[in-house]
This record gives sequence, structure tokens and C-alpha cells, in this order.
Amino acid sequence: MNETAQDQDTGFHTEDMTISVGPQHPSTHGVLRFVVKTDGEVISEAIPDVGYLHRSIEKIGEKVTWHGYVPYTDRADYLAAMFANQGFCMAAEKLAATPVTRRGEFCRVIACELNRLASHLISVGTFGQDIGAMTPFVHALRERETINNLMEEICGARLTYNYIRIGGVGYDILPETCTRISEFLDHFAPIVDEFNRLLTGNKIFIERLAGIAVVSKEDALQYNLVGPNLRGAGVKWDIRRDIPYSVYPELEFEIPVGTGHIGTLGDSFDRYWVRIRELQESCKIVRQCLKMLPKGPAISKVARKFKPAVGECYVRVEAPRGDMGFYVISDGSEYPYRVRIRTGSYTAMSIIDKLSKGIMLADLIVLIGSLDVDAPEIDR
Amino acid sequence: MEPSEIFARLEKQFAGKVSDFKGDVQEPYFSVDAEAILEICRFLRDDAELKFEILSDQTAVDWPKEEKIQVVYHLYSYAHRHQIVLKVDLSRDNPTIATAEGIWKVANWFEREIFDLFGVIFEGHSDLRRIMLPEDWVGYPLRKDYVEQEEYDGISTQRAPLVDKLMR
Repeated sequence: MNETAQDQDTGFHTEDMTISVGPQHPSTHGVLRFVVKTDGEVISEAIPDVGYLHRSIEKIGEKVTWHGYVPYTDRADYLAAMFANQGFCMAAEKLAATPVTRRGEFCRVIACELNRLASHLISVGTFGQDIGAMTPFVHALRERETINNLMEEICGARLTYNYIRIGGVGYDILPETCTRISEFLDHFAPIVDEFNRLLTGNKIFIERLAGIAVVSKEDALQYNLVGPNLRGAGVKWDIRRDIPYSVYPELEFEIPVGTGHIGTLGDSFDRYWVRIRELQESCKIVRQCLKMLPKGPAISKVARKFKPAVGECYVRVEAPRGDMGFYVISDGSEYPYRVRIRTGSYTAMSIIDKLSKGIMLADLIVLIGSLDVDAPEIDR
Repeated sequence: MEPSEIFARLEKQFAGKVSDFKGDVQEPYFSVDAEAILEICRFLRDDAELKFEILSDQTAVDWPKEEKIQVVYHLYSYAHRHQIVLKVDLSRDNPTIATAEGIWKVANWFEREIFDLFGVIFEGHSDLRRIMLPEDWVGYPLRKDYVEQEEYDGISTQRAPLVDKLMR
């Protein structure tokens, strides 16, 4: 675009505007900034500026013990802390060949899937709010509050759980809690339908989403989009099914993918719709786990001075924002030599520059919301 | 395809440029010559039997004792469901390597992070700026010998330990 272009009809000179969106902007979900160049309402370039929430979690990993690092992983993505716990613990277990008790595995899956519900509720709720629908956000947050209460019952914390430990889980899930979780699921299933009536089927909502910021399959692979963003582009890929871990192979669940039934395949609506359907799948998984929950210890015996053998491993878990990778190197000492956390939001951010070209400024908000980027997870 | 087969195939194609295959570890890996990284990556992506269309992760590891910085590529293929890890050793004094941005676009951001935290220069990169830290930050924090700067923009980064303060 020209710096000063002459409008053909009026003869007026027009100029590109440079606007800073964020760091404090309601739709950026954390501290995140875009330098946007626009021609009127149309964006010609949106350069993401991240790093405001960089807490050097990877460096901290080299300074604390293996057990001591688990609470830090919580902070990588505070909306889905359980998955980072699990990723790091799985990596440590793989390196030290530590067994995980069977009950521990089921407790992990129950906690993780409840966490996924909470995270997706925030995601779809705030997405609605960004676009201007306030009520669904409050409804989503109300349900999330109940999940937080259940989480508090399970592990004593509402946001940063530190629940999954090397060898199993910190606390056993009590029978009373199981009952309450199952009661919550009974209550929650109709809420998803209510949510669909309230938001998903809304004409304005659909028109804001359908056909906006289309991610093609090739782009999704090139930019390594993961999780719902990848599935929204029509790629049926879920770590839980394709590179199975924990007890997921024993559980039955569907992998929702985008179909483009309202707009184009891979548009914002597809990504949103994948998340909504994942809510139902997570409920299904938790129900099965509650039924199958075996008796036994929740954690296996792990040495307090945990020293895995020299080596390295790369572990993937399917977090709400997709493939979360832990690349952990051990030099045989009490401290990890290197911890690398590869997160879904980071790669999702890298595609924004490409997708934002030529869309309206208001649609940038739709784009950010539909990719469900989470600032702390980008910066770590 | 098994990792050993992948390596055998590459060894045939790029004799002398790949070496040190380790197959008895969690994720098998091998070393690649820094000069050959682009042609090998392109071959890995485009070959019909390999088809590594995903760069899952790209990061670096500092090994001061061996005086090297290792750039690590984790590749995955959705089509064939296999993975491989590439490692490239660079000197610590002047770590320079060609950018993989032209092969996997996501490398743009991965490489910016490695540049920011390890100081590895990616030649031909379109936008090699610091990403996490401010532009005027000194040093590369994820290097093992990194010393935190004492102040940044006139703000001290040092704090007396809280416990000592309370003991006084």
C-alpha cells in the first residue's frame, strides 16, 4: 500500500495509520500488543509484539529440582495448568522409567479433562464477549466457577494446581468428590445446548465469524497450528488418539473437526465450533473415567532425591491450546539440564501476521479470539 | 519408517553430511552439518516416503564444556506418523546457521526465540529481532554462563533477600 495514495474519486490524500492495539486491551487476554497498520478500517499489517509476560520459566527449570519444578509449570498456561504439570511429569517419568499407578493415571485424566472444560469455557465465553455478547461470558464463567470448586476439592487449588506429581497425583480423588463431579456433568450437558442457543446459533455471531480469517490446511501445517486450531482447518489430529499417552487408548471419544458447514472450511467459526464440541467429548471422557476408576494408590513410590539417568526426551500432551511439548534434558543431577516448553499459543501467534492482511480491524479481535491465544503461554 | 531407516536413506543421499545416529534413546537423533541443514531439511520435507511436513519444535541447548551450542529440530510427519530429531552443533563464539523459514514458516518465530535467548544468528531470516526481551537487553539468558545485568534502564534488578531484611 502506498504511504500517500490519492483517492481516485475525491482527490484527497490518504495515509496509512499505525495503531497500537494493546498491551492492555480487553480482547488480548493477558498482556499482548499488536502494531497495526491500517488503511481506514482495513488492516495491511498487524505485527504481534509479545514478551510482556516472559517469566523465564525455562531458565528457572535449570535452577530447581525435578520435583520443585512442577509448580512452575503451572504458570506456563494458567488456564490449563494441569496439562503442563502432566507434560513435565511424563517427561521426568520417561527419563527415570518411573511407573505411574493406574489409579493415578485415571485421576490425571479426570483432572485434565475438567481443566479442559474450564479452559474451553473461558475461551468461548471471552470470545463471545470480545465480539460484544456479554451474557454468554457470564454463563460460561458461572459453570467454570463450579469446576474451580471441584478442582479445589480435588487438589486444594483453583487455578495453579500442582496436582500431578512425578509418579502419579498429589492427592487421591475421594468418593464424595466423584459423586459431585458426576452431578456436575449431569447438570453441565444441557448447559452446552443452552450455550448453543444463546451464542452459537446467534445470527450476528455467525455473521461475524463465518468466512473470517480462513486457515487453509497447508498453512496450518506450515505454521504448525495445533489443537482446535488445526482441527478447525479440517485436519483430524489429536495427540490423545494419534500419539496416545496415559489411559486415553482405553477411552472412547470423538475428535471433532471443522467442516465448514456455515462458512468456509478453516474459518473462525470452525475453530469455535470444534471447541464447543470438545466440551461434550471431555464430559464423555470424565464420565468413563469415573466409572473405570480402579482402586489402589494414587502415586507410586518416588525417591525424594529424584535423579533421572542421563538422557533427553520429548513428550507431547494435548492441552486445550493443542500439542504442548516438553523437551527435557537430564545430565543425571538433581536439576534438569534444560527444559523447553513448546506451546500451542506461540505457533498460533506466528500466523496472525499472515492472516491479518486485508481483514477489518474489528475482525482482528475475532481472529485473536478464535485462535484462543493465551499471553502467558506465548511468553512463558 | 523407522528412525534407523530414515538415517540410512539420508546417509545414502548426503554422504558425509549426517553422522552420529543414536537409535537406542527415547527419541532417536543424529547430527547434521551446519552447511547442509537446508538441503537436508528440504529433502526431509519433500521426499514422498519421509514427508516431514511439521516442524514440531526448534530450540537450542548450550553445552559450555564441549564449547558448542546445539540447535535441535523436532520433525514429525502426520502422513507417515514418524518422527526424527536433528541436531546441529555450532561454535559458541559465533553460532551462525541458515534459517529454515523457507521450509517451515513457523521456524520464523522459533528462530527469533533462539536468537533472543541463545544468540544464535540465523542467516537469511526475514525478521531477526529479540522477541521476549527488550531490544536493548544485554546477553543471552539461556546460555549457561549468563550473568544477569545489574540494572536495566536505571532500574536495579538486584533485591536484598527478604529473609535477611526481616532478620535485621
